[in-house]
Amino acid sequence: MLIDNDVIFSRTKGLTENITHYCPGCTHGVIHRLVSEVLVELGVQDRTVGVAPVGCSVLAYNYYAVDFVEAAHGRAPATATGFKRVRPDMVVFTYQGDGDMASIGMGEIVHAANRGEKFTTIFVNNAIYGMTGGQMAPTTLPGHKTTTCPQGRDVTVVGYPIRMVELLSGLRTPAYLARVSVHSPMHIVAAKKAIRRAFQLQLEGRCFSLVEVLSTCPTNWGITPTAATKWLADNMIDYYPLGIYKDPDQEVG
Amino acid sequence: MAKKLMKGNEAIGEAAIAAGAINYFAYPITPQSEVAEYMTWRLPEVGGVFVQAESEVAVGNMLLGAASTGKRVFTTSSSPGISLMMEAISYMAGDHLPVVIVNITRGGPGLGGILPAQSDYFQAVKAGGHGDYHSIVLAPASVQEAVDLMILAFDLADTYRTPVIVMGDGMIGQMMESVEFPEKYHDPVNPETKDWPLTGAKGRKPRVIKSLFLDPKLLEKNSFDLAAKYAVIKAKEVRHELYKVSNKNRILITAYGTMARICQTAIDELEEEGISAGLFRPITLYPFPEKEIYQEAAKKNIEAILTVEMSMGQMIEDVERFIKGTKPIEFYGRTGGIVPTPNEVKDKVRQMLGAGK
Ligand SMILES: Cc1ncc(C[n+]2csc(CCOP(=O)(O)OP(=O)(O)O)c2C)c(N)n1
Ligand code: SF4
Ligand SMILES: [Mg+2]
Repeated sequence: MLIDNDVIFSRTKGLTENITHYCPGCTHGVIHRLVSEVLVELGVQDRTVGVAPVGCSVLAYNYYAVDFVEAAHGRAPATATGFKRVRPDMVVFTYQGDGDMASIGMGEIVHAANRGEKFTTIFVNNAIYGMTGGQMAPTTLPGHKTTTCPQGRDVTVVGYPIRMVELLSGLRTPAYLARVSVHSPMHIVAAKKAIRRAFQLQLEGRCFSLVEVLSTCPTNWGITPTAATKWLADNMIDYYPLGIYKDPDQEVG
Repeated sequence: MAKKLMKGNEAIGEAAIAAGAINYFAYPITPQSEVAEYMTWRLPEVGGVFVQAESEVAVGNMLLGAASTGKRVFTTSSSPGISLMMEAISYMAGDHLPVVIVNITRGGPGLGGILPAQSDYFQAVKAGGHGDYHSIVLAPASVQEAVDLMILAFDLADTYRTPVIVMGDGMIGQMMESVEFPEKYHDPVNPETKDWPLTGAKGRKPRVIKSLFLDPKLLEKNSFDLAAKYAVIKAKEVRHELYKVSNKNRILITAYGTMARICQTAIDELEEEGISAGLFRPITLYPFPEKEIYQEAAKKNIEAILTVEMSMGQMIEDVERFIKGTKPIEFYGRTGGIVPTPNEVKDKVRQMLGAGK
């Protein structure tokens, strides 16, 4: 039984006291929290370096209480490679949006994964370019309207959205690849578990690890926060199925 | 240490190791792929890191991450590859990160050719990437000087926390010359002795390495900080060399890198004909020896300046700027991998003096 002053929920030490700049209902903040909780629980916060992307989460270093380097747009996996190769004793993660990774940074992520770099990537897929004001991303769903496809994404002209985890699963190099979501408490718990496994494998020096997190962008989807979580559940998961796609302990072919 | 006969490209790699730089990132490109081949077997001997990246874009951004550790890091490449690194070089300048980038320059624009050229002067000296920044630019004229300037480059990069570009050309890379390395190699830098590298926020506040400043006042401050740093560099790090400069000179030739050596031959041969010319060789292209060139050009005996380059005329714009109209200035250059010969330089000097052939 709970006594009045028992703390059952508090701010994690992994985050600073700064108020985030994210829009109401944006799930970037939830993902920050999960990653920092994992770093604290694994006891590695004081030897971790984060690599910030260019995107809405460029200011991530204001919120994570760890050392941070800001990468150029899409290049976080190269920057993380450079850091981790020189300091293999440290824990390195990149935090990247879908425009950042699946568009301009496609080359860097594929090659870092293929080399089996021992860092962790948190890939935040909100199916849109958030920071620049809602343009089409390589991950924008078919028919979804954005400022650069006001009639909806036309797959006959721009092709289908890229499924990053599936694409990376095609590489032979061992890796940990998972897709999770943070639109409900149950999903948040599962997301944290995957993030934890990703960092654990890095700590063991086993493999490259990437967790794709389906995320909301109510502002640029043009809907309320509640409608956004529902929209994610109803539309994104069909196209982007959740699950563990690759794990070094269950290597196939 | 005993002298060794070595190819320029390999000597450059060894010089980095001598400077304690054992973290190397590169992508193959002629005419300097031998550096990567050398580093492939040499770095493991000293416990170093070599990543063959997927592109020079990645190389630049790997350097950015690697430099954030506070350790000495570098790359070698050639013109088209250097263009791809401009993104990261701009970021690293804005981030105040130390890094050494070697450009064994080849002819351009575009894919150009694989033979020596000096057509990347503008790119190296005038920023090259976006934003208000400079890299220190060093131009060796021999394999030994390439070794010495590599070691200096890492010291300058560390002292000023800035990108340093060593600009050689294909000739420096391919030339076999006898070289001497320092008796004692520099120990790899210990990042814990500095107050900026990312070493993990243990018992201290987290550190951030970044170039984004959304508040214009802060961004302007970063530019002021960079400018203040460049002012110190200009005051303390200018280097140049004179050859046969005397009050008998009628012509002052300016040239850098291997082009300067060819001009020395031309000067020796002109001397035999009774024509006196001297050579002004900038070693630092940025900061340019501006006061020094002004003083030499202003001397009464100098009738005109001749700038010789393996380009269509790039350094000449700085020479012109710094001699402030005191003397007429002429240009001679060949490009595309064609190197001006001593005879061509001599003809140009004779023509300038109205002496015919
Ligand atoms: C080289 C370069 N090109 C373009 C931009 C502009 N830009 C900034 S963020 C961004 C898109 C970010 O979208 P995403 O990665 O999906 O992140 P989100 O904001 O949605 O979290 C773009 C195109 C840039 N900063 N640099
Ligand atoms: S624009 Fe979208 S992704 Fe960016 S903070 Fe707002 S809701 Fe989040
Ligand atoms: Mg996005």
